[in-house]
Amino acid sequence: MEVDMMKKVPVREQDPKVRATNFEEVCLGYNKEEAEAEASRCLNCPNPKCVEGCPVSIKIPQFIKAVKEGNVGEAYRVIGESSSLPAICGRVCPQETQCEGKCVRGIKGEAVSIGKLERYVADTAREMGIKPAPPESKNGKKVAVIGSGPSGLTCAGDLAKMGYDVTVFEALHEPGGVLTYGIPEFRLPKERVVAKEIDNVRALGVSIETDVVVGKSVTIDSLMKDEGFSAVFVGSGAGLPKFMNIPGEQALGVFSANEFLTRSNLMKAFSEESNTPIMRPKKAVIVGGGNVAMDAARTALRMGAEVHVVYRRSEAELPARVEEVHHAKEEGIIFDLLTNPVEILENEEGWVRGIRCIRMELGEPDESGRRSPVAVEGSEFEIECDAVIMSLGTSPNPLIASTTEGLDVNRRGCIVADESSGKSSKDGVFAGGDAVTGAATVILAMGAGKAGAKGIDEYMNA
Amino acid sequence: MFKILEKQVLTESPVIFRMVVEAPRIAKSCEPGQFLIVRADKDGERVPLTICDYDRDKGTIEIVIQVIGAETDKMSRLEEGDGFADVVGPLGKPSDLLELPVEELKKKKILFVAGGVGTAPVYPQAKWLHDHGVDCDVIIGAKNKDLVIMEEKFKDVCNLTITTDDGSYGRSGMVTVALQDLWNDGVRWDHCVAIGPMIMMKFVCKLTKELGIHTVVSMNPIMVDGTGMCGACRLTVDGKVRFACVDGPEFDGHLVDFDQAMARMKLYRTEEGRLYLREKEGATHHGGCGNCD
Ligand SMILES: Cc1cc2nc3c(=O)[nH]c(=O)nc-3n(C[C@H](O)[C@H](O)[C@H](O)COP(=O)(O)OP(=O)(O)OC[C@H]3O[C@@H](n4cnc5c(N)ncnc54)[C@H](O)[C@@H]3O)c2cc1C
Ligand SMILES: Cc1cc2nc3c(=O)[nH]c(=O)nc-3n(C[C@H](O)[C@H](O)[C@H](O)COP(=O)(O)OP(=O)(O)OC[C@H]3O[C@@H](n4cnc5c(N)ncnc54)[C@H](O)[C@@H]3O)c2cc1C
Ligand code: SF4
Ligand code: FES
Repeated sequence: MEVDMMKKVPVREQDPKVRATNFEEVCLGYNKEEAEAEASRCLNCPNPKCVEGCPVSIKIPQFIKAVKEGNVGEAYRVIGESSSLPAICGRVCPQETQCEGKCVRGIKGEAVSIGKLERYVADTAREMGIKPAPPESKNGKKVAVIGSGPSGLTCAGDLAKMGYDVTVFEALHEPGGVLTYGIPEFRLPKERVVAKEIDNVRALGVSIETDVVVGKSVTIDSLMKDEGFSAVFVGSGAGLPKFMNIPGEQALGVFSANEFLTRSNLMKAFSEESNTPIMRPKKAVIVGGGNVAMDAARTALRMGAEVHVVYRRSEAELPARVEEVHHAKEEGIIFDLLTNPVEILENEEGWVRGIRCIRMELGEPDESGRRSPVAVEGSEFEIECDAVIMSLGTSPNPLIASTTEGLDVNRRGCIVADESSGKSSKDGVFAGGDAVTGAATVILAMGAGKAGAKGIDEYMNA
Repeated sequence: MFKILEKQVLTESPVIFRMVVEAPRIAKSCEPGQFLIVRADKDGERVPLTICDYDRDKGTIEIVIQVIGAETDKMSRLEEGDGFADVVGPLGKPSDLLELPVEELKKKKILFVAGGVGTAPVYPQAKWLHDHGVDCDVIIGAKNKDLVIMEEKFKDVCNLTITTDDGSYGRSGMVTVALQDLWNDGVRWDHCVAIGPMIMMKFVCKLTKELGIHTVVSMNPIMVDGTGMCGACRLTVDGKVRFACVDGPEFDGHLVDFDQAMARMKLYRTEEGRLYLREKEGATHHGGCGNCD
């Protein structure tokens, strides 16, 4: 295979026109030949910048070298030292601002396609039936993990490897957190990828009890006092949706992205087979510019809607992964940037008929360096639509903090925890992921899960 | 799996049935006023149902279900020995009333107004009060004689008034008529709890507002997760947005925007809602409930 050293080996994707009408995965991934060709672009830098950009410091040049040599088992082992969910991270990490953003290849040409290679390794290892090995012996100590998102799964997996007896408590009926209820099938296949990664965690000896809402069915204190758990890791995420508090938000056809995505992903409403109803809009306006907004937009599109993304800043500030924005555009999603909603308009029966917006311009940079948008007076206009999906970010659920005495939270409702150990203000309780940082990323949650496992192990042996 | 230990059909048309289900964690922690999310099988929807009774020692909870659509119909076909795929809870806040000191409760004159399947969730509250030595009045309303449920159980724990819309049993007329009649006879209350169809709660609140009786209602909007994650259950209470699943399900009835809440139920539920969706986008809801076609 001919390789242009300046450019990434292109990855095969479903044609935008075709995929806009189905829920199959968009990106098809590299095959062996493509992966090995791409791996040959890596310079195996003695002082690899990519590793610095990786929140969990995967030994990137080592695993890429193994790919180049055709040794997927070895590549999987190298990644496994640092990451427990490679098939997921390879698909959803914002590589452009992490490893690939730092890659020296990127100075003159395009960075090495590290994410696609990671995905190739994880998918191939799965096809080959390579599984993580359970620990040889157990130490008999019980640890509870709350939440089965990436932070909880990682913490549970790492503790199980150290020999702990780990039970994960999950509020929903399916494990996986955002990976299951939030990120759509066409980006992260549930059966083929997410369920398999969860099976791998189970294979380590972790037991997952669904349908348990900590703070309601049980409390952290009851787990520790009555059920014999010596330590608890809280990885309960940031699941509370935000609304804008503008007039008309209670109209029929206004949804939080969480509701829309949960109906589609967790309850499978995208499929005709599901009994769960979902509105299939004709013309939908998605408010927001992050990954959540892109996922809601592309889900609505696949249900047959014309979709507008309304975002108050400009394209450069869109917080979504570059690949998602690119894919969304290819699929025909219309971006109304520098635009902010002021009111949702209803018809006589209370259904959404449109949204009134105002144009924005970017002002001076604020303390954070971001240029904050200011409304342009007199620029209001209406977009006709029958659904509005609010994707304005999420915050942590107060349920656990409010039912656990001595567990401190900050002003934003995030649990206060030490970054390197996950240690919270309450003895024996550790926390990490979105519950601590507010809505962030899969890899940061995973990293926090690892730190928490280490912190718990130190605590138990102190 | 959550095993069904007991099943009893209470009425035939509509079908209302009662089930005792094994759920030890929930039985241990639940309080009157809270609810569950139940899935019949692994493809089932998440259906919110009120906890109608519980036995902490036996580790069981009791639910009463009215068949109104595909999922409740599926549940009605489960028998003793079968099980639900999922039972989550207890969700929502316990009833505020029962948080008060018993001495204070004893000073209050308390009225419960129950309509239709809403009768079932009133029972644990009335029973709780009875067990703590507090008297209360209960008005149960039903369309007709055949739809009056749990009469015997209630008789043991409260002063019971039954009224039917068609006068086939007890008093004649809606619950609001019975309430007004009792008031006219000189009965006075400081606190009212109304549980039933939204339209009933709306009219009870209208009346109790005029009569100056503080009234709590238990709201049952459309829900998905039941943990505050989706906002499907949002309502306007006293001009503010509230999530029924975490801030409720009980609210001050005089502050709830019922018209909006009833409009929001149309989204997937009512015939108009379904027809609307069907007209707009084809067969997206095919519950086989028999209501649509
Ligand atoms: C639609 C969407 C798209 C995204 N896309 C990307 C992306 O492309 N790339 C990326 O890196 N990040 C993305 N993110 C962000 C990323 O998914 C999160 O940062 C990450 O999942 C956080 O992991 P977590 O383990 O902290 O929490 P979560 O994944 O939120 O998991 C928390 C779990 O805890 C459970 N839980 C909560 N409270 C309780 C309780 N009281 N008792 C028991 N269980 C409880 C929840 O049900 C949930 O399953 C996206 C997020 C969303 C919503
Ligand atoms: C807090 C709460 C407590 C409840 N307690 C009871 C109870 O004790 N006994 C009882 O019989 N019913 C109760 N309900 C109503 C019950 O949840 C609905 O009748 C049931 O969801 C209907 O489902 P279905 O598939 O049979 O009907 P369908 O009409 O086919 O359902 C269509 C969709 O709308 C949703 N939906 C329809 N009506 C409601 C509703 N009223 N509330 C929530 N979602 C709805 C369903 O979940 C489903 O997604 C309660 C509802 C709430 C919110
Ligand atoms: S920085 Fe780029 S070229 Fe260097 S080791 Fe990392 S991936 Fe390879
Ligand atoms: S049911 Fe989802 S927030 Fe209340």
